[in-house]
Amino acid sequence: MSVDKETVTKIASLARIAINDDEAEALVPELNNILGWVEQLGEVDCSGVEPMTAVIPNELRMRDDIINADPLTGGGVRDKILANAPDAEAGFFAVPKVIE
Amino acid sequence: MTQKYTVQGATGEFEVVIGLEVHAQISTQSKLFSGSSTEFGAEPNSQVSLIDAAMPGMLPVPNMECMRQAVRTGMALGAQINKYSRFDRKNYFYADLPQGYQISQLYHPIVGEGEIEVTLDEKDPDSATKKIGVERIHVEQDAGKLMHDQHPTMSYVDLNRCGVALMEIVSKPDMTSPREAGAYVKKLRSILRYVGSCDGNMEQGSMRADVNVSVRRPGEELGTRTETKNVNSIRFLMQVVEIEARRQVDLIEDGGEVVQETRLFDPNRMETRSMRSKEDAHDYRYFPDPDLLPVELDDAFLEECRSSLPELPDEKRLRYENELGLTAYNAAVLTAESETSYWFEELLAQSVERTGKSDKDLAKQCANWLLSELFGALNKLGVTLEESPVSPSQGAELLSLVADGTISGKIAKDVFEIMLETKQGAEQIVEEKSLKQVSDTGAIEAAINDIIAANEDKVAQYRGGNERLLGFFVGQTMKAMQGKANPQIVNEILKKILDN
Amino acid sequence: MTDITELGIAAIRDGVASGEFTAVEVAEAFNSNVAAASALNAFIVETPEIALSMAKSVDDDRAAGKDLGKMAGVPIGMKDLFCTEGTQTTAASNILGGFVPQYESTVSANLWKAGAGMLGKLNLDQFAMGSSNETSAFGNVISPWRISGGNNAPLAPGGSSGGSSTAVSARLCPAATGTDTGGSIRQPAAFTGITGIKPTYGRCSRWGVVAFASSLDQAGPMAHDVRDCAIMLESMAGFDPKDSTSLDLPVPDWEAALNSDLKGKKVGVPREYRMDGTDQDILDSWDQGIAWLKDAGADIVDISLPHTKYALPAYYIIAPAEASSNLSRYDGVRYGMRELPEGANLQDMYAATRSEGFGPEVKRRIMIGTYVLSAGFYDAYYTQAQKVRTLISQDFKAAFQQCDVILAPTTPTASFPLGDKDKDPLSMYLNDVFAVPASMAGLPAMSVPCGLNKDGLPLGLQIIGNMFDEQGVLNAGLAIEERAGFTARPNKWW
Repeated sequence: MSVDKETVTKIASLARIAINDDEAEALVPELNNILGWVEQLGEVDCSGVEPMTAVIPNELRMRDDIINADPLTGGGVRDKILANAPDAEAGFFAVPKVIE
Repeated sequence: MTQKYTVQGATGEFEVVIGLEVHAQISTQSKLFSGSSTEFGAEPNSQVSLIDAAMPGMLPVPNMECMRQAVRTGMALGAQINKYSRFDRKNYFYADLPQGYQISQLYHPIVGEGEIEVTLDEKDPDSATKKIGVERIHVEQDAGKLMHDQHPTMSYVDLNRCGVALMEIVSKPDMTSPREAGAYVKKLRSILRYVGSCDGNMEQGSMRADVNVSVRRPGEELGTRTETKNVNSIRFLMQVVEIEARRQVDLIEDGGEVVQETRLFDPNRMETRSMRSKEDAHDYRYFPDPDLLPVELDDAFLEECRSSLPELPDEKRLRYENELGLTAYNAAVLTAESETSYWFEELLAQSVERTGKSDKDLAKQCANWLLSELFGALNKLGVTLEESPVSPSQGAELLSLVADGTISGKIAKDVFEIMLETKQGAEQIVEEKSLKQVSDTGAIEAAINDIIAANEDKVAQYRGGNERLLGFFVGQTMKAMQGKANPQIVNEILKKILDN
Repeated sequence: MTDITELGIAAIRDGVASGEFTAVEVAEAFNSNVAAASALNAFIVETPEIALSMAKSVDDDRAAGKDLGKMAGVPIGMKDLFCTEGTQTTAASNILGGFVPQYESTVSANLWKAGAGMLGKLNLDQFAMGSSNETSAFGNVISPWRISGGNNAPLAPGGSSGGSSTAVSARLCPAATGTDTGGSIRQPAAFTGITGIKPTYGRCSRWGVVAFASSLDQAGPMAHDVRDCAIMLESMAGFDPKDSTSLDLPVPDWEAALNSDLKGKKVGVPREYRMDGTDQDILDSWDQGIAWLKDAGADIVDISLPHTKYALPAYYIIAPAEASSNLSRYDGVRYGMRELPEGANLQDMYAATRSEGFGPEVKRRIMIGTYVLSAGFYDAYYTQAQKVRTLISQDFKAAFQQCDVILAPTTPTASFPLGDKDKDPLSMYLNDVFAVPASMAGLPAMSVPCGLNKDGLPLGLQIIGNMFDEQGVLNAGLAIEERAGFTARPNKWW
């Protein structure tokens, strides 16, 4: 499989990365070079092999349903949440108006 | 049998096929992957953790209670419970989704196939029932909220809801009319409330539905479906089906084609319209969330889920009919909502305790009082059962006064009126207003003798064969005794004297 | 008095504890080395005041007779991938320009608890994506090493922990944190003649570490020798309930159990690591390493890891796929850069911000990751890569039936001049060919310096251990260290 300029443009749009025509053009051979190389994986016979889920055998630990049990993972920290916001107003994050 | 629902077009009839994706907020204190509170109505961004705001390096840790409630819900629907499930990422960009992906379960949901039996006309105990298939239930994160009307050029983002746990309950495309779709959601909501996994509050958004609708001519293959998002009442849901089916039929008959797309319902204009903002989001690039290991549930966990399930509406209804001897209609109405059945059972239990009679003896009286007296009063007051000024224990107090003959059924109605107004207990009211029923035969006999003496002509008529006059004498006696005489004793003594 | 900056963790810890010098003196000495080394560009942010105030508090504790932590008085460099409360954290990317975390990563918090201090935030490849530290938005880090014989071309310090490797090697700090996704601790350690270990996946919490590829990212120490790595890893590691992939295991006392006697141990030598394109010097050093371990009492076993050659291509599907999703949060809404062209809507803002904020290599990997996850390609690429990953893991499992640790080169070449490979991404990726398999299997792996090549540049040997067996790795590393007697230093030119 290989990508063309149209695919590159589509992928960039999916990834929300603005690229111009020249950049798209330049990415075609770069990506194809890498994709062509990773395609050697197709040689490996993986019949009956399960895809990896946990690299080290480990159980998913869950937490109890307690509010703000750990201040690092709880709420009530609006100042910290908004501290780095490029645009925060009235306790909200502000973004260009969205029309739904 | 209900008549088949079709949409009549100019060129013939169309059938409607409906599938629902119901998003139900799981009743938990804290969010699915963070410890922030899920409480409704807080200050913007005050219930947001570093995790919910997707700060760099933040990681999700699942809330066990969310998985537990999803499993209990699945069990209540008789569904397959998957001991192995997994979280996947659904990738898309939107301002209410800080991570740039929603953590959901695509490939391995926690609950598989189940079904819900709905009664198509709940007013009619003999109405047909229908089984609607449930495809799956998976657990996922809710998104935040955008406000568009606070600023001329900006939208504001509140992440309080972001990360709240949802169950997405996906039905099979088994429904064929607005009424079936409405009945399905009603029944589902009832079950969720019984289980306690969701409060079912559609106004606050803790339950909402995405409505998939397609139309076809009878016998043809499934048509292209549209998905109308975030419908938040059962009435709207039924309207969406009607409006969308009509739109599709008109479109097809005008030579157009239905486009698979996401739509939005506008209840003011009574129309659905295409949601352009979601249009390019088709490629979600789902993959297993590498921050989370697979969810593996053991038998002990499943056993706890099963044993903590309450009696569910269908079982309850049958028990009310078979063991308590209630009518099918009463049993259905009492069990339709968990709140009603819990109120009824509490009333019954308290009545049993007060009177020492069996629940079977008291059930009918309790049911009738609750459904006619109490519901009638609440209706007039315009409040719900949860907001009732009279508690089950107060109701039982009142009913037991009737049961042991302290007051008559008629006086009970007056006492109840006073209870609603003053919130006083029945016994206190009866005491203070001296409403106790008189069962003293001497006093009753004296009153009767006075009445007989004053109405000799009527006595003669009665004894001449006009037995209907007994009612007149009863009425006069009760009046003379300000309604407090025990009507049974009045009857007995009257008959004894008059028939001599 | 000795030059304090010549000392490593153990010596500084012991000197502070015994009162030979104060923690403040240590911090001052390293602060001045940092200040004088701007030519190396190892730091993005220098924090001399923080180093001093943390040192002062250690001195106060000592004066008050309090127990001192495992790293009391040792100032370190913190890779700028770890979020540090109140100190800018950027992952070397413009998209996080000016971001000041309101929280401390678990690993850095653990280090401060152990008494370590912070000299500053170290430069790295942008979002840890790179093998030469040429993708940083804050400029290249320059290796302190130069080719012998007067060629002064600046060399790559390795990546992505290039600031860390340079800073330790040039003695700007006695030790530094690194992170390793596909070799980012071991390869730069090898390039600069220092020691670095990536522990078993899950040993160190990932909470508060800017994510690259979640299933691979692991933090670890980079220091002068094996003992220092053991001490620092003990301070970094530990169960963290905030990371659901964290290992709920006690942290062993690795330092106390260090033992270079390998009698009865079996060392596996994987035949598939003898690859074309590997420098002869590297192959020679490997043979030398085998001889040293034999000398330490180990038996040498020939082993096979048949899927070795597929590890790197599988890595370049899995890591970009995870990264493409992990980096979606950088959108200009809640922190970091926002690029809002005139009249732009929300989606335009995302695209403009991300286009402006991410460097070319990051964008390239996001593009690859997005592509391999996109509709129609997911199974062919991602699922297949995860299956191959299972096979790689099974290869190691089988190998560890036959041996206790595995010995291999860390890299196929020594350090290369900056600018040599940055035009050809693939040739850069191939530099991690020996490092990536252990990452894919989540295994502990270490690079230990073993000598210089013919150009006078350091070479490293890699020891890979079975899961949870950091001790076995450290012990074999110590056996090499003792025999290699690596004392070479870069000549100070900065």
